[in-house]
Amino acid sequence: MIEFKNVSKWYGNFQVLNNCTFSIQKGDVVVICGPSGSGKSTLVKTINALESIQQGEIIVDGIKLNDPQTNLPQLRARVGMVFQNFELFPHLNVIENLTLAQIKVLGRSKDQAITYGLKYLERVGLLSQKDKFPGQLSGGQQQRVAIARALSMDPIIMLFDEPTSALDPEMVGEVLDVIVKLAKEGMTMCVITHEMSFAKNLSKRVIFMDEGKIVEDCSKDKFFGNPDLLSARAKEFLSKILRNN
Amino acid sequence: MHYTFNWSFFFKSIGGKETYLTWLVTAWEWTLTISFFGFLVAFILGAIVGIFRTTNNKYLVTFGNIWTEIFRNIPLLVQIFLWYHVIPHFIPIINKAPRIVLVVMAIGLFTSSRVSENFKSGIQSLSIAQKHAGLALGLNTLQLYWYALLPQAIRIIIPTLTSEAMNIIKNSSVAFAISIAELTMFAMQAQEETARGIEIYLVVSVLYFISAFAVNLISQFIEHKIKIPNQTFVKQ
Amino acid sequence: MNLDFSFFTLNIISNFIIKGLLFSIKLTLVTLVCGLIIGTMIAMMRLSKFKILNYPALGYVVLIRSLPFVMVILWVFILIPLVIGKSIGSENSAYITYIVFESAFYSEIMRSGIQSVKKEQMQAGYAVGLTYFQSMRYIILPQAFRNMLPVILTQTIVLFQDTSLVYAIGAYDLLKGFEIVSKNFNRPVEAYLIAAVVYFIICFSLSYGVKLTQRKVQIAK
Repeated sequence: MIEFKNVSKWYGNFQVLNNCTFSIQKGDVVVICGPSGSGKSTLVKTINALESIQQGEIIVDGIKLNDPQTNLPQLRARVGMVFQNFELFPHLNVIENLTLAQIKVLGRSKDQAITYGLKYLERVGLLSQKDKFPGQLSGGQQQRVAIARALSMDPIIMLFDEPTSALDPEMVGEVLDVIVKLAKEGMTMCVITHEMSFAKNLSKRVIFMDEGKIVEDCSKDKFFGNPDLLSARAKEFLSKILRNN
Repeated sequence: MHYTFNWSFFFKSIGGKETYLTWLVTAWEWTLTISFFGFLVAFILGAIVGIFRTTNNKYLVTFGNIWTEIFRNIPLLVQIFLWYHVIPHFIPIINKAPRIVLVVMAIGLFTSSRVSENFKSGIQSLSIAQKHAGLALGLNTLQLYWYALLPQAIRIIIPTLTSEAMNIIKNSSVAFAISIAELTMFAMQAQEETARGIEIYLVVSVLYFISAFAVNLISQFIEHKIKIPNQTFVKQ
Repeated sequence: MNLDFSFFTLNIISNFIIKGLLFSIKLTLVTLVCGLIIGTMIAMMRLSKFKILNYPALGYVVLIRSLPFVMVILWVFILIPLVIGKSIGSENSAYITYIVFESAFYSEIMRSGIQSVKKEQMQAGYAVGLTYFQSMRYIILPQAFRNMLPVILTQTIVLFQDTSLVYAIGAYDLLKGFEIVSKNFNRPVEAYLIAAVVYFIICFSLSYGVKLTQRKVQIAK
């Protein structure tokens, strides 16, 4: 469903993505990890063209991203994204946050949008908060609203960019639960995370990035179970992060 | 220093039923009219130009920058003379417009450069991730600005917009230069005719003060109306 | 549509324009120096914990800032003769007005400049045995001035533009020079066009200079 062919990107002279090739099939749950600055966030943001690329080709659901003919808003509407700092719109209340893009981009009627919005709000367990403003919710609640906002668009894939790294530790669990539940229901997704136990629990496949390159793209069993088969960089990263946990 | 106040001249006729007092009231109306429409022009153009300057389109950015530099770096009084003497020479239809339109345009464009700065920095103070969040939902550029960025930016810049509105009331005094009968023109002429400068300047100054104070009240009302519970728009 | 700039000779420039330009520059510089000194004193008064210093300073700033500049020019122009009993001419009246007016604005800038310096700096001054005024003079104000330099310069460009407002009392500034030329040759279109260009070049280059200083200040931090 998503295909990356030799994708490279530079910021000035600095190469953030170096010849990345991989693909994601329908129903895949892929965890992307790697040290900070390795380019994983940039990689994920190229999937919905929030970051442009200079070389290579990205195809999402049969549509070429670097084709100037591509209607980016329409494509982005089908790719759900959850950000590190939630990025709810602070001037809109919860239900308005959920319905804005449904009405303006998908062209749903207001009633229809509210129905969808409430359905997903219930799934993340926040129906009672529908009239609150983001500033009145806890970080964990805001992130769950952000997940519901993305789901209300009926996405073909969900992208998570370190969804729990800005949260207080006691709120991490509630957000991870929602994501795991989604994965079990068969949602295609791509998750950047440093929570290794969560990663083990969530996915069958791990992509490890370092200095803009995809260093490992393997099954979770290989990644976590057979460190001896991994590259030196991945081994070092794993041992560091597991020691810290 | 010895000065005896005398206020009775305010009721002296200046022809027909008109007195200095009625003249004063008309002058105040002129000041408020110029200020209101001047701010309207400044707000609309300043918002558009300010938004241009935050886009990724280099032509729009350059256009916005040139606009801002031109109207910021020529004194308001000179801009009023440009509208009065120079522009009609190139666009003859301007000659038919009432002089107040010239002043409104001059003040509006002058202030639009400052308003554009406000909008630009207001929008740029929002985090890039907010922009990404809007785009990720599929909003196009216009929708992104209208539904996601501007409602936040406007709340941030209300205090600076308020001081621009108060500046406009003060700057409207420059309209005296092309003899529009607003408060400052009234002050100068009535002072000359009656030689009661102190009384006249006092009253006029108080009216300017009241006008600015009223703007402040209105802005506080608006700020309160659109306030969002528990929200500070801080860049993360 | 046809413009004719041929009347605008070197002779005209040196006879009419330079005189006005020099006055505008002199008015700006004198106001900058005196306004900064008085403004700094007002700022210190406003930050004082003594109400007797605090309130008058606050009143002064609020009063001046709520009046149009032109009204202040008119006020000073009629008040001076009333107080000292004789007229001092529009140029001298302008100097007084601009210092009175701009002091209020510079005081606000210096006030936030002083507040931008960390409180501990003052305590550090006391700790090594300096008096209040010594700490201000040698520790706080130099930092405040440096932090605020871009803002002070920007305000001074606005001040230079505002010198054109002496039009209200007929003093001979840069704009007046162009007005006289425009009337003598009956060429207002060309005269005011050149006036606008001249003001633009001066103010634009100054504000470009400010941007460069701003960058330097930021680096120095």
